[in-house]
Amino acid sequence: MEHITTPKVENVKLLDRYANRKTANGTLYLTATHLIYVDASSEVRKETWILHHHIASVEKLPLTTAGCPLLIHCKNFHVAHFVIGQERDCHEVYTSLLKLSQPVKPEELYAFSYNPKMSKDNREIGWKLIDLKVDYQRMGIPNDYWEITDVNKDYEVCNTYPPEIVVPRAANKATVIGSSRFRSRGRIPVLSYLYKENNAAICRCSQPLSGFSARCLEDEQMLQAIREANPGCAFMYVVDTRPKLNAMANRAAGKGYENEDNYDNIRFKFIGIENIHVMRNSLQKLLEVCETKSPSMSDFLTGLENSGWLRHIKAVMDAGVFLAKAVKDENASVLVHCSDGWDRTAQVCSLASLLLDPFYRTFKGFMVLIEKEWIAMGHKFSHRCGHLDGDPKEVSPVFTQFIECVWQLMQQFPCAFEFNERFLLEIHDHVYSCQFGNFLGTCHKEREDLKIFEKTHSLWPFLLQKKQELRNPLYKGFTAYKELQPNTLPFSFQFWCGMYNRFDKGMHPKQCVLDHLLSCMSQKMKLEDNASELENKLPFLDGPLPSEACSLSKVGSAASKTPLLNTPQDYEGEAPPVLTNGISVGNIDVMADVDQKNKENLSNHQDLPDLNATNVLDSEAKEGEPQCH
Amino acid sequence: MEFSELIKTATVESVLLAGTGLPAVRGTLCITSHHLLLSSCPGGDGQPGTVELWLLIRNVDAVEKRVQNLGWYQPPRTNGSPRDTRLAGSSGTITLRCKDLKVLQLEIPGMEECLNIASSIEALSSVDSVMMMYPFFYRPQDLRLEEGWHLFPLEQYFQKIAAQTNQWRLSDLNRDFTTCPTYPAGVIVPAAVSDDTLRRAARFRQGGRFPVLSYYHPRNGTVMLRSSQPLTGPNRKRCPEDEVLLGTVLDEGERGFIIDTRSAQAAKQARMTGGGTEPKSSYPQWKRLHRPLERGRPLQESFIKLVEACNDASLSMDRWLSRLESCRWLSHVKAALSTACLAAQCLDREEASVLVHGAEGTDTTLLVTALAQVILDPGCRTMVGFQGLLEREWIEAGHPFHLRCARSAYSHARLKQEAPLFLLFLDCVWQLSRQFPFSLEFGESLLLALFDNAYASDYGTFLCNNEKERCLCKVKENTHSLWAWLNQPEEKKKYLNPLYSHNPLVIWPSVEPQSIQLWQGLFFRWIRPSQYLEEARAEMQRLVEAKEAPAKESAGSRLSRSLSDPAARTENER
Repeated sequence: MEHITTPKVENVKLLDRYANRKTANGTLYLTATHLIYVDASSEVRKETWILHHHIASVEKLPLTTAGCPLLIHCKNFHVAHFVIGQERDCHEVYTSLLKLSQPVKPEELYAFSYNPKMSKDNREIGWKLIDLKVDYQRMGIPNDYWEITDVNKDYEVCNTYPPEIVVPRAANKATVIGSSRFRSRGRIPVLSYLYKENNAAICRCSQPLSGFSARCLEDEQMLQAIREANPGCAFMYVVDTRPKLNAMANRAAGKGYENEDNYDNIRFKFIGIENIHVMRNSLQKLLEVCETKSPSMSDFLTGLENSGWLRHIKAVMDAGVFLAKAVKDENASVLVHCSDGWDRTAQVCSLASLLLDPFYRTFKGFMVLIEKEWIAMGHKFSHRCGHLDGDPKEVSPVFTQFIECVWQLMQQFPCAFEFNERFLLEIHDHVYSCQFGNFLGTCHKEREDLKIFEKTHSLWPFLLQKKQELRNPLYKGFTAYKELQPNTLPFSFQFWCGMYNRFDKGMHPKQCVLDHLLSCMSQKMKLEDNASELENKLPFLDGPLPSEACSLSKVGSAASKTPLLNTPQDYEGEAPPVLTNGISVGNIDVMADVDQKNKENLSNHQDLPDLNATNVLDSEAKEGEPQCH
Repeated sequence: MEFSELIKTATVESVLLAGTGLPAVRGTLCITSHHLLLSSCPGGDGQPGTVELWLLIRNVDAVEKRVQNLGWYQPPRTNGSPRDTRLAGSSGTITLRCKDLKVLQLEIPGMEECLNIASSIEALSSVDSVMMMYPFFYRPQDLRLEEGWHLFPLEQYFQKIAAQTNQWRLSDLNRDFTTCPTYPAGVIVPAAVSDDTLRRAARFRQGGRFPVLSYYHPRNGTVMLRSSQPLTGPNRKRCPEDEVLLGTVLDEGERGFIIDTRSAQAAKQARMTGGGTEPKSSYPQWKRLHRPLERGRPLQESFIKLVEACNDASLSMDRWLSRLESCRWLSHVKAALSTACLAAQCLDREEASVLVHGAEGTDTTLLVTALAQVILDPGCRTMVGFQGLLEREWIEAGHPFHLRCARSAYSHARLKQEAPLFLLFLDCVWQLSRQFPFSLEFGESLLLALFDNAYASDYGTFLCNNEKERCLCKVKENTHSLWAWLNQPEEKKKYLNPLYSHNPLVIWPSVEPQSIQLWQGLFFRWIRPSQYLEEARAEMQRLVEAKEAPAKESAGSRLSRSLSDPAARTENER
């Protein structure tokens, strides 16, 4: 709170990205966690909430006649352009936001103060919701070839790995320790996913410290053990996800890649995904394109091409597909690494698992996948997402790319995922929000040191509670599709407007199929649920019971908001000067909806029902009607 | 001409057919006057073969042949059947690129047969005489010839307008097509303007296409007119009757907009060749807006380049995006939508009347007027209303389908007057359906069927260039109407949008590049795997239908129905 010098500024304008119309006038508030803007110029109370942690950058633009412009870019790709009357106010808001958005100490993160008024027991149950051991059991581990070992319990093998890791039974402690000395940061080969049908495994590690000629017997034994854990195949793949040139350059620093001559029966392959710096710059370029005001079609497509973003997405997807094919079609185990094995390796391994195993396409499975391949294996969320004031060169949209790959798969396989696009966006929001403990820190050890399991809440139970609106109405169930074989020709990748222009509602379809189908679904479920209950009341039934009618309308309004009304925008740069434009009723509706979501994050998690409750409809009914603020 | 003269080889056995996304089949290939048939070899027990291919030869856009003489090559004798020995002689591959963008490959044993088949298909597919085309021979059993031809009489359309205003009349001055050879017999014109004045005004417009009513905006009482360019010429000619005609449309002090679908520069240049535009001084109440839209050869080339890029599986992401950009197809979609929105905006928001024209008034003009109506009028978004719109604004309005759709994107023939304006229109409607998924009664499948039929059809609906030609060829007497076929209940079901619910409002689309997508369902119809998308469609249908008929069991059905009503009501109120 000490950063806030001016908690309230009046007469602040919020500019609309569509030209100069629809400029809102209102009051800006700074709270400990949010920037809140209340629009006073429209009839409906319209609020914009921006979480401080979501702020990526704050810029003061040159003074204009209207006042002092303040441009805020958010990590969830929200862009807010305020104009503040007094330069002094603007400056104070600016300096406050700079500090608020880049906390220095981890304890300042939202998760440590976030209090949803949940009992201690429920909080602890929440953390136990995802248990990685159960997932290994699902794969049949431990078995004859693989075991879960606690060799890393004191982080002696690797301080960025979790205490428990899965390694081949044939690899004894000496092999593990020996191998860890030959791998960058001790990140030894461990199991990521075992394909039960044929015993082919996906394993992951960091680059070997091979330099130009170094060898390590234990590391060679380790790979041999992995290969032999899959007796059905005489060879295994070793995949380096970096471009060959980068990998070769690493040799000069005593790192590098496996020499095929030193390892028995490996097939070595480069895949060529670019590094975090290339990805950061690519996203930057993409966002510049997304922000361009009234671009021509050519501007947009050229910008999209020049950003390279979709090329990188395709590279990640291609790599995931390669892994899945090697496992499924060639029965071969694969060992994957990049440099440290926590960025590209995490992307590729999790994607391959998602392609191979329908479990990971369910709510629960997707949570497990993120916990396993990203959180437990030490993807440095804190650095990549810039949670704290730190090195901007460590920030990179690696996780965003993974989320986008999942979205691209959803476009090709609309019935294969239990969840919908909003689930992905929700997770993406919370990776940056620091509201929950899951994504804090850089690895398991650091999260233990931060005591996040004692002091913060886990995101997953909160998402499960919202399952109803995050589900995919077209999901055909667990058994409908087994492995997915996506098309990876360039045309199969689309620009994800719902992510990068998510807050430009005017660009999205004006009628939402998802909402409509969700409401179809919940109405159907309600009707079925109520059928027996109503049978008793039949003699008294003249029309709909008041309570039923009410609950139906609530389901509708919560799920589906179809702004039919909308106004024309400027069609082509200069519209005829005589044309005027009214206020877009539709857009206000939508904005209110977005803001509503933000508010829900803040306040609506208060009564978390029993986590084991499976009847989500019931839990929804307990929640207050959020639309009546 | 006899078709038989064009068919050099009528049947070849053991032909291997491969198409994108289909398993290859072997069978007997047969060429008839209008079709290419392939029936798979019957099983051992003498069963008749199944027909694997039934291709209208008119649908073939390009024939590519490749022959290999394998005489020197001795195949391994392990399982030497007679077929193998024949293959050993020579064989050829014919690639058929179709107007609906499908690509088929035929592997034909025997070099001579292959060449004969290829040249037969080439000859048959280039027959240009309308009366020789398949619709004149097609006689389906369950349709009557006259059915569907008079579903959308202009009288009926006029009656709706007449019910609201007496400012307009239906004139038959063009009944013998002398005033304007590309207009239909009936046109809607201002009631206050005589046929005589119209005839004179027609002489001042290219091709005699004087301004006529295209759409009456019921709420504002404003109108959208369309015409061709005025023949102003280098000497800035004027025509009092044309000025009267346009002047009558506007009350005193009212302002109208002329949307010229050419650039100001192009419109000015047109004066050198006798055309031009309405000068401010002669039409003081009309304000001109220039919104250049591509047509003609550049548009056809854009289409060709796009299809080329779509079919090139070797492209990297960068190359793909760069070719998508450089073909400019999506820019044309954006421009067409923007211009149609501008016209709609003038009518609906500005309460001003609009005249749309380019040069001839048969291409981009119709694109804009038809599209504006889909945006404005919920009536045009129903299955029947859309057919009526196509009939009125494209077919009767004289879009030269025969010339524009003679060849599609693959043809190697020298381009004459081909241009995919109708496809561009369908693409724009698809964009609308994507942005307003509940507002159109029909789905993508109808748009695809219309595209297919505009380029090659069993039906006469899209034959010829205008009503005059259709009369001469007796199209309505001797061919079946596409609408009769589409509107059969079983057929119609396939084209309906399960999510449709009547939306009385104007549907203003977003024209931001982020909102405009490549129409994959068309351009990748034969390339992308469709199974998963089909399943999604079926699933969606199931969900929506389950909602409409919530419970089937007799006990709960009454209850459920009494509940579903209030549900439906809240739905509408929202």
